Amino acid sequence: MTDSPFIIDQPEDMVFRLNRRTLADPEILTREQTEIFDKSWIYCGHESEVSKPGDFCTRDVCGRPVIFSRDSAGDVRVFLNACRHRAAMVCREPCGNTRRYNCFYHGWSYNQDGELVGVPGEDSYPPGFDKANFSLAEPPRVDSYRGFWFISFNPDIKDLKEYLAGATEYIDLVADQSPSGEMQVIQGTQEYDIRANWKLLVENSFDDYHLLTTHKTWLDYMKDSGVQVEPPKGQGLLLPSKGIGKGLGNGHAVIDNINFRGRPVARWISIYGEDAKEEIEDIRTELVERLGEKRAARVADTNRNLVVFPNLVINDGSSVTIRTFWPVAADHMKVTAWALGTKEESERARARRLDSFLTFYGPGGFATPDDVEALEAVQAGLATWREVEWSEMTRGLNKEGEQLNTDEEHLRAFWREWNALMTVDA
Amino acid sequence: MSAKDISRSDVEDFLYDEAALLDEWRLDEWLKLLTDDAIYQIPSTDAPDSDARNALFLIADDATRIKARVKRLNDTEAHAESPRSRTRRMIANVRITERDGDTLAVSANFSVYRYRRNSPLRHFVGRYEFRLRVTDKGLRIAERRVILDPTELGTLGAISFIL
Repeated sequence: MTDSPFIIDQPEDMVFRLNRRTLADPEILTREQTEIFDKSWIYCGHESEVSKPGDFCTRDVCGRPVIFSRDSAGDVRVFLNACRHRAAMVCREPCGNTRRYNCFYHGWSYNQDGELVGVPGEDSYPPGFDKANFSLAEPPRVDSYRGFWFISFNPDIKDLKEYLAGATEYIDLVADQSPSGEMQVIQGTQEYDIRANWKLLVENSFDDYHLLTTHKTWLDYMKDSGVQVEPPKGQGLLLPSKGIGKGLGNGHAVIDNINFRGRPVARWISIYGEDAKEEIEDIRTELVERLGEKRAARVADTNRNLVVFPNLVINDGSSVTIRTFWPVAADHMKVTAWALGTKEESERARARRLDSFLTFYGPGGFATPDDVEALEAVQAGLATWREVEWSEMTRGLNKEGEQLNTDEEHLRAFWREWNALMTVDA
Repeated sequence: MSAKDISRSDVEDFLYDEAALLDEWRLDEWLKLLTDDAIYQIPSTDAPDSDARNALFLIADDATRIKARVKRLNDTEAHAESPRSRTRRMIANVRITERDGDTLAVSANFSVYRYRRNSPLRHFVGRYEFRLRVTDKGLRIAERRVILDPTELGTLGAISFIL
């Protein structure tokens, strides 16, 4: 590691600079694996993905294969997907329901609770061999908040709710959209790579400054569809409505915007069609009855992009997107995105939500491909990090009080936490 | 003319012409091959047989959205395709799987190569499921469903062109 700092953070002098090496140097990624990912709570899955005993989904979290599952007692469990005999994965299906996790290599098998229940030729093991000592291992910490399950490989980490800090308010605004508080991950997963550093997607996921130029064709599409996309005059806004950006503690941050782009729950725009008006009104009425006028307006009339440090994004906008991403190299990440809907919504409302998702998001959406292009263009440019060392990140620093979604206070909040973790032993 | 008058080679000629229009980025002409109620869909790779009304797709365009997609791709500010990809489509194993009145169900395998500056070759493999309608102007596409073989998009990245 060189002596040059990762960030220069001197708000009193209106200075905030980011060292570009943090986005390009493989040495940084190696350190991130132990200092960021292995020290944080990392999103693993949503409770609705494993609704019945024996349900499972296999995925990689923190570079480890895990089984996100529900055990025989109906509790969510996370197992490390490695046989206790020779470490082969005991489950190789992406999702399903099973009575047993069978390792096909030598035939060891485990029940839904991770207990070793079958060992072929068990009598050849010496005395003292006890199957009870060979249950599937579990991450040191597993916990959930309102249906979102996280794991941590840091046994000493603070409790999840304390870790989430101000992010809980924004997760509540998602869960409160459902009359029962239960949201559902919808079938169909978008899995795609971006040849860019993972932290660029953190920034991009809630950077509204790039919307006007990167997503000009999306704004044109919205305009063509009858949505008002011009910023109001004389208010210093770049976008049609006001939004703020802020840190939420522990590196989490959010943009919190007055909605102009429509919300399936529950703000109609012309793209949904005239025949959707009545149902969206009904959804709105249910919200008001359950939550009161003020809270209902908070849920329905604002949209929010939330970053839960380090690598979970919940975009609660024209749909609800859960997005997580994992670095495979300093300049390459794997992205996984799901759509989340309310458990109670009608078939028509579900279809409208999914359609709304695709207008902007995903590898075939009208906006995400241009984000991918932007991030890959940044990564290519970052090859000059030795010549041009610093990126300017001061938007909004001159303002007293609240900062806009097109400023950079929320980005700085992420980077300050990242820097604190990366320099703790330095 | 009805579906029973259409041979496999008629369908092959039509699909090859469509592929040429797309590879040559003649998207406004391509639009003319579609019916007024056409749909264009790509299911997510982990749910290839699902329905866009209750599963998240990669693309689920109705006719209005297809036109908007072409308008976007014709704009130099569709950055993911500016500069444009070079694509080359191979279409094979063309089968007429159903004939019903004026409509044909057609299945075909595809292998689409995508090249772009600063980007590695991206090779899309899968099958098309078409519904073709026999009209007085010739065959027209009522439904164009693209089913990808890869289990995840992975390094294929975004589907920023018309696949």
